[in-house]
Amino acid sequence: MATTEPTTTAPEAAATDVALDVRGLQKTYGGQGRSVEAIRELSFSVPRGQLTCIVGPSGAGKTTLLRCIAGLLDVTAGEIVLDGERVTGPPRGMAVVFQEYGRSLFPWMTVQQNVERPLIERRVPKAERRRVVADALAAVGLGDSGEAHPWQLSGGMQQRVAIARAVAYEPTVLIMDEPFAAVDAQTRADLEDLVRDLWHRLGVTVLFVTHDIDESVYLGQRVLVLSNRPTVLLEDVTVDLPDERDQLGTRGTHRFAELRGHVYELIQRAKAGHRPEDDAGPAS
Amino acid sequence: MTARILRRVGYTAGLPAVLVALWWVASAGSDSFFWPPLRTIVATFPDTWLTGRLGEDVLPSVLRLLAGYLLALVLGVALGVPIGLHRRVRAFAEPTLEFFRAIPPPVLVPVIALFAGYTGSASKVVTIAIGCLWPVLLNTVEGVRAVDEVLVDTARCYHLRRRSQLVHLTLRGSSPQIAAGARQALSIGVILMVISELFGADRGLGASIVQFQRSFAIPQMWTGIILLGVLGFLLSLIFRLVEHRALAWYRGLRDANRGA
Ligand SMILES: Nc1ncnc2c1ncn2[C@@H]1O[C@H](COP(=O)(O)OP(=O)(O)OP(=O)(O)O)[C@@H](O)[C@H]1O
Ligand SMILES: [Mg+2]
Repeated sequence: MATTEPTTTAPEAAATDVALDVRGLQKTYGGQGRSVEAIRELSFSVPRGQLTCIVGPSGAGKTTLLRCIAGLLDVTAGEIVLDGERVTGPPRGMAVVFQEYGRSLFPWMTVQQNVERPLIERRVPKAERRRVVADALAAVGLGDSGEAHPWQLSGGMQQRVAIARAVAYEPTVLIMDEPFAAVDAQTRADLEDLVRDLWHRLGVTVLFVTHDIDESVYLGQRVLVLSNRPTVLLEDVTVDLPDERDQLGTRGTHRFAELRGHVYELIQRAKAGHRPEDDAGPAS
Repeated sequence: MTARILRRVGYTAGLPAVLVALWWVASAGSDSFFWPPLRTIVATFPDTWLTGRLGEDVLPSVLRLLAGYLLALVLGVALGVPIGLHRRVRAFAEPTLEFFRAIPPPVLVPVIALFAGYTGSASKVVTIAIGCLWPVLLNTVEGVRAVDEVLVDTARCYHLRRRSQLVHLTLRGSSPQIAAGARQALSIGVILMVISELFGADRGLGASIVQFQRSFAIPQMWTGIILLGVLGFLLSLIFRLVEHRALAWYRGLRDANRGA
């Protein structure tokens, strides 16, 4: 394990409680003559039902990591185990909200059809489908935009359609890649609470990539901080805030400020090119 | 509202009306054998076409055109999808396609006729189909390749079935490009409809025009040319109507992207 923080525990003991296990993951993009080592070594496991945030500098390989987990990208070395099974293709029961949310919506379908399509594929009966879709759209505040096409909506609304589609799918693992990048501050706060609410209600395991340090601390039970490329795990920060969170109260607490400061510092160091192996040398 | 419609009609019909008027006036006093007055041509029209030729020459020509065109559409899309989807198939098929594409379809007419016979419909339909195939096929390949990879990933993540991926992702996603190919193919089809009748055919719109020309029935020849133009215009009008409905999303998306 490459983690430097001795306080972090690797829950390897109870295998059944582990939803996701990333073991020695490496990813090098190979091109014609040019190869990019995106991820050098990543190992961590996520207990079932945990809400994990992943932060790291731009270009650190967060999207690459998520795409490997989602079975969309072949790993160079190591393995990803989901519910005890090695991931070789997109796993069932996993929903993904892509960073390029706008491009992930089918422009020839209406909003309603976009959210409904995965359910049709799963042969959910029509009446139930309609209900689930309506609920999901209402949950993201798009109850009356079902008949619109995605390109008729603002960026933030498109983002919410993508979230509604993921939620309606009723996944056991939900992967979100900077899902709130395009929404205004107020909507963002609402959506953050929505994600926590859905996570509570559905008991789903969530992996949430974000650029926003405050957001990662506010949302997560745990924040994985990645180094810059080639990526390793810089620190696995446990967010020991109470489970009941609210935008004003939680963000105002002393502990929140501490955690936020800590993650902020880590990111600054990561951006400056700091890597865990640097500690191993002169520091100790 | 009505004013707007009138203005649009004025815009579309304006230039043709002016040209026809010019032709009418300029040719009015013409005593050239090859440029008869438009009045004479128009007067010849009913006798030439409405006395049986419409059903015996024009209709079969149009039916052959449609048959060849539809065949090309079906084949072009059916071949273009796997070629566009799989890099291996593409590497395998592309040089061959480039080679056949470089052959102008009219030179195939005599060759095809050798096999399928000069007088029957088969050789003409095949000629039209081969000519129309390339734009449809090559555009389908390009369209399928250009489907957004984020959408492809989305379809995989949400486990769209094979059939759904084909219909709701690949075909819908490439439909603007397929339509572009189909539009090119339509004009090629009209040209080949005529050309395919030039060799040893005695019936058909193209054959009729050539026969008029050879027998120096010049006004009749002109009516045939006009009829051909009108036919091409009607076909492209129908095409545009269908396209307008099927690709409404595409226009909306494009306008939205432009506005942004
Ligand atoms: N298909 C690819 N081929 C080659 N290199 C790639 C490819 N995709 C990503 N990379 C490279 O891998 C590195 C990690 O990219 P990735 O998109 O995973 O970063 P990220 O952490 O998601 O960044 P951001 O926060 O900006 O979204 C980058 O240096 C990028 O240039
Ligand atoms: Mg990214």
